[in-house]
This record gives sequence, C-alpha cells and structure tokens, in this order.
Amino acid sequence: MSDPTSPRVATPGQTIGPFFGYALPVEGGEQLVPAQHPGAVRLRGTVYDGHGDPVPDALVEIWQADADGRTPTAEGSLRRDPFEFTGFGRTPVDPAGRYTFTTVAPGATAPGRAPFVAMTVFARGLLDRLLTRVYLPLDEAVLAADPFLAGVPEDRRHTLVATRDEHGFVFDVRLQGEDETVFLSHGSPA
Amino acid sequence: MTTSTTDTAPDAAAATQASIDAEIAGIREEYDAAGREETRPRLDYPPYRSSLLRHPTKDLHHADPEGVELVAPVFGHRDVGTTEADLTIQHGGDPVGERMVVTGRVLDADGRPVRHQLVEVWQANAAGRYIHQRDQHPAPVDPHFTGVGRCLTDAEGTYRFTTVKPGPYPWKNHRNAWRPAHIHFSLFGTEFTQRMITQMYFPGDPLFALDPIYQAIVDPRARERLVAAYDHDVTQHEWATGYRWDIVLTGTHRTPMEAEQ
Repeated sequence: MSDPTSPRVATPGQTIGPFFGYALPVEGGEQLVPAQHPGAVRLRGTVYDGHGDPVPDALVEIWQADADGRTPTAEGSLRRDPFEFTGFGRTPVDPAGRYTFTTVAPGATAPGRAPFVAMTVFARGLLDRLLTRVYLPLDEAVLAADPFLAGVPEDRRHTLVATRDEHGFVFDVRLQGEDETVFLSHGSPA
Repeated sequence: MTTSTTDTAPDAAAATQASIDAEIAGIREEYDAAGREETRPRLDYPPYRSSLLRHPTKDLHHADPEGVELVAPVFGHRDVGTTEADLTIQHGGDPVGERMVVTGRVLDADGRPVRHQLVEVWQANAAGRYIHQRDQHPAPVDPHFTGVGRCLTDAEGTYRFTTVKPGPYPWKNHRNAWRPAHIHFSLFGTEFTQRMITQMYFPGDPLFALDPIYQAIVDPRARERLVAAYDHDVTQHEWATGYRWDIVLTGTHRTPMEAEQ
C-alpha cells in the first residue's frame, strides 16, 4: 500500500444522490465575476434526461481560464471575493433543471486551440460524474480549426458548442437521447 | 436499453427486493462470464431505477486533457475554516451517535499525495436522516448535527474528520429499499480531470448485497475500495472509534517533473 511507484487503481465514483443541496453549493458559487463586470457574460442551460425532461437534482461545476487565457491560481472559490477571479463555479440546477453562471468568455490557453469552459455534471441517478467542454461560438474559424473538435463526429460536434441568445450563451446538457452531449474520458484511448 | 416493463419513475417503489436482487444477480453473472475487469460503476445499471434515463448511451469520447483540465481549482485556508473538519462541534451541542474519526490519504494513481486540496463530506445523522427538505424519512433530525464537513489535505495528502456514524435510511428505489450507511466524499485532484464524488461505506454492512447503488460497481474488488477499515490506532481512548479510508484518484497526465514543481 505504501509503495510509491506502483500504479494504483482509482477509487470508483458514486452518485451525488439527492441530498447534496446543503453541503456543496456555496453562496455566490454561480458568479465567477459580478454581473457588473465589463466582460461579464451569462452561460446558462438546462440538464435533460433521456425523455427530454429536466433533471431537477443535478449539480454543475465549471472551471476555466480568464479572458486572456490565463489559468487562475487564486484561492477563494468557496469564500468568494468578487474582485478575485478564481475560475471555478458551482451551482445546483433549479427545479426546472436550469443552471446559470455569470462569468467571462475564456481566452485560448494555447495557440491554435479554441478556448473552452471545462464542465462537470453530477446528478441523482447518475452513478459517476461526467466531464465535458463548453466551446463558445465566438469565432467560427477557430472552432473549425480546433484539433479536438475536428476529431468529434460531425453530427455530434454541435453538442459541445454553446449557442448565443440575447442574454448570453446557452449550453444544454443532455444525459441521454437524440442530441446526447459528448462526454469525455481522459484516460488511455479505448 | 430500457425495457418497456421497467418503471422509471424514481418514487414508484414498485419492484420487490427479491426482483431487484434477481436483476443484480443476473448482471453479476453476465459480468463473471465476460471475464473483463471493470473498475468504475456502470452508468447504466437498471436495478438503480434513477439511472435508466440519466446514463449516456454513447461511449465517452477520448480527449487529451488540455488547458485548464491539466490543473485543478485552488482552495486554501481562506475557503475552509479550521473547525469545519469536526462535524460534532458545529451546532451548539454534542450530536447523538457513535463518535468517530475518519481519516486517510488522497493519492493519485502513481501514489503521489494530493496535497493541500479540498475534501468535502456530507452524511445523514445517526438516525439516518439528512438535514434536507426533501428527506422526509420519519427519523429524528438531530439539532446538533448538520452532517457537512470540509478540510484540506496536508502535505502527505492526509484528510481527517471527526463525526458520528451515519445510520442507514430508506429510499424509494423499490419496496423496502435501504441504503447502507455511507458518507459522501467530494474530491479534487491536481488536475480537473481527477474531479470525483463517491461514497465511503462501513465494513460488514448487511445491506451491501441489497443496494443497487453499491452493486452498480459490479466487480467485487472495485466495490470493496469504497469500504473503510476499522483502525484501532485511529480509535481514541474513551472518545471515538476510528476508521481509515484511502482514496486514489485517476493518474496524472503531467510528467513527474512538472508535477513536483
């Protein structure tokens, strides 16, 4: 157990269950920047199940670079200071399955890569967390040239790209079904 | 995928324990016959009725981590109060139940400690009741117990909580469904790709075989990774019993040299 060189098998995940609501959400967890911030954008969406019904007991987290593509290193993602951009957001969905973050559009962290917001989804009924990416529809040419997006089957690629509306960006999460969101695995290629 | 006879309403509680047991046994037999080792829970596990409409039907898409995925959000002492790791002192009196210390290390798959990172827990009280509006199970709420704790791992990756042992509680997956006693753990690694939430269980729980959430980890060796060990060296004289549970997150994608910086 104490051999530091031997690879270990990861502990399995489990569902977040229904009763996380008093434990994980934190005040202001959905606000990465104040709404008055000059670069503030709204990123919102709905989590849907396989019948297309909203999931009312999900938790959504995001983690992102700042507008200049810098990865935040500041503490304070739980006890928030509105003047400090920590890049982490966490919010439960509302009874209609909706989440909303106030944030900034991330900058690219590497040349030739489309910027994205990393997202984790937890829910009752979901036995392990799911990871995905939210690409913003800011520059069609950059999205088209991104090597990761190019490797996603064309008929599913749109599930990773938010749409725009008058209030900002919309990214729905579909756990199952017709337009099922592309969820990611970061281990060895299967 | 979904059979037409299976009721997907989460609160239907229509099936008997015997029929759930038969489903669990059938899946296990298929698993044993297939001869492939699984280390994670099945996302699609029909005995857990709520998973039916909430599991992806397509394979996860491989992505090489990039950008922010290669690091994790930073938490620190600003985020976590020093008393938050003791769930028995948060609410104006001693909670009822078996006081216990739960401790262990958070490591990555290469055995490196996950240092100074956030660990969050939440749990039912000793009577099996959560402080949550939707938990209407007729067991007493303990006015001295909220069941929520946080801490940061130390330089060795060690976490430590003082709490009371949670009770089992009923839920509406099927008739007479009871969850084994458990503590929920939320963990961040050194990379966002290691983010995970899981549940810690207690050794020898008679409800294990009956519980479709625990059994959704079909491989028995993988399941047992969620069971803490009673540790008499953690137990404290005339004060608290002790349990040890180590958590391994997925491997790091960075080179060791970068990770040591």
